[in-house]
Amino acid sequence: MEYTVAELQQKADEIRETVVKMLVNVGSGHTGGSLGSADFWTALYLGNIVRVNPSDPWNEDRDRVVLSAGHYCPAQYVVLAEVGFFPKEELFTLREIGSRLQGHPVVRCVPGIENTSGPLGQGISQAVGMAMAARMDGKNWRVICFMGDGEQQEGQVWEAYMMAAKNKLSNLTIVIDRNNMQIDGHTEEVMPLEPLRSKLEAFGLCVAEVDGHNVEEIIDAMNRAKTVFEVPTVIILHTIPGKGVDFMENKVEWHGKAPSLGEAVEALMELDNKND
Amino acid sequence: MINPEMQLVDDLWKVEMKSMRDGYGEAVLESGGKDKDVVVLVADLAESTRVKEFGEKHPERFVELGIAEQNMMGVAAGMALSGKVPIVNSFACFSPGRNFDQLRASVCLSNANVKIVGGHAGVGNGEDGANQQMFEDIGVVRSLPNLIVVAPADYEQVKKVVPAMLEHEGPVYMRMTAPKRPVVTTKMTPFSLGKAQTLRKGADVGVVASGVMVYEALMAAEELEGKIGVEVINVHTIKPLDEDEVVRVAQKCKRMVVAEEHQVMGGLGSAVAEALVKEGVGAKVKFVGMQGVFGESGKPEEILNKYGMNRQAIIKAIREFR
Repeated sequence: MEYTVAELQQKADEIRETVVKMLVNVGSGHTGGSLGSADFWTALYLGNIVRVNPSDPWNEDRDRVVLSAGHYCPAQYVVLAEVGFFPKEELFTLREIGSRLQGHPVVRCVPGIENTSGPLGQGISQAVGMAMAARMDGKNWRVICFMGDGEQQEGQVWEAYMMAAKNKLSNLTIVIDRNNMQIDGHTEEVMPLEPLRSKLEAFGLCVAEVDGHNVEEIIDAMNRAKTVFEVPTVIILHTIPGKGVDFMENKVEWHGKAPSLGEAVEALMELDNKND
Repeated sequence: MINPEMQLVDDLWKVEMKSMRDGYGEAVLESGGKDKDVVVLVADLAESTRVKEFGEKHPERFVELGIAEQNMMGVAAGMALSGKVPIVNSFACFSPGRNFDQLRASVCLSNANVKIVGGHAGVGNGEDGANQQMFEDIGVVRSLPNLIVVAPADYEQVKKVVPAMLEHEGPVYMRMTAPKRPVVTTKMTPFSLGKAQTLRKGADVGVVASGVMVYEALMAAEELEGKIGVEVINVHTIKPLDEDEVVRVAQKCKRMVVAEEHQVMGGLGSAVAEALVKEGVGAKVKFVGMQGVFGESGKPEEILNKYGMNRQAIIKAIREFR
């Protein structure tokens, strides 16, 4: 199905609503990142960026979406269900005993989940391994790796970047959610990442920066990444954690907690007004 | 009495001295060379881990990652999830020593088809000292679900483990020691993953051993021949443990010695103890291995002797039962 940009922006807000409902239902989970990245996940799957087919989810030639920062999974789960990888009703089993949807995803738990993630820094290495495998097999499927910004503090990440640059993995697009927030506070206070762009460029990566809440910009940057040869591309998404809910935006305490019932009602009213 | 079915070398006193890693290098070239899905990964130790020749023969399936063992384990997981059969090569102190988290979450939790070969385990090359030695690897990885853990006895056995681990669907950790050591098994010695081997039969004390301690156990048994009957079991596969065989020996001998080039805590000795307790087998067990301390620089033989991982230590443990 083809969506207009305006429809995609609206879809993103609907995804935010579902995320809030899922998290209040279970009473735990990371609200900030999921709300902040909803526009990206919407653009990726509903904006026809990633070549995947829910009715043939493990097709050998599919693109691989690797979630490196596992705590963002509620937003990805919602979008996967939205495009038909698994039933939407299952979303409300998130984090419950016996559910396929754990608090941090496990490989192939549901169709569309390509890797196990949680310990930060591990997804990017797996993404590099996948991109290497595609190269070895002469395949043209692409790997898209989604990372958090705090995650850039893990040493493993830079090991992986060196390898991606060495091997000229232009079939790899790395997306970093630059929301400046991690559990203990602002990234620049906890352990400064800046100048992030220069660091990434110094490692041999092609870097683009976009407004992570502008679906059109995201789609444009993701498409441009496909035209860059010889080097992997990093797209830095500048986002607001908790985006869409006034009392959650840019508040560090919303990184890792779920809303109470009252807070969820307030958040849903605000998101609903945006959709009207 | 040596078990003839095991087709060991004819004369235990005239054995060839060969290193496990040389056997590995040959086997990976042979088995890995044939299978186009096999990819060899190395983190700046191609020569020491004996995969250099594979890299020269199959450069398209050889990946040099530099000194980055965490990334190496993750890259291997990604490759395995894309249909490859990657082999992660390093020293045991770095892999799984340094990249346990990646082994756990990226490989084992995904049940990714990654093979991990930890060289220079145990005393390492000796002289490099305590931090390059690895007496803790089995204890660390043995708790990981989905992972098979193998510690072959010698050069010949390594050559049998390699094709078996490549054929097995799922993660496997194989540990090897570095120095040239006696080769006691032969090309004809049977091998199957998970099946312990009764190398020698005896009625009084059962010695369960792995790695280079297998030869030491056989020599200990020979020295005690005529005085104490010693049964020697080679447990090359530590996980899953061949519990039936361990229980059988315990019930038969009632007195056992476990011998390994590893800490006595967490390794083969612990695995054996768990099996016996679980089955309620009342056997006394003594543990030959590193007794909860770190090693030091020295010649491998000197370290093994100083820290009690040789035939004399096994004999002493057996004699203490009397």
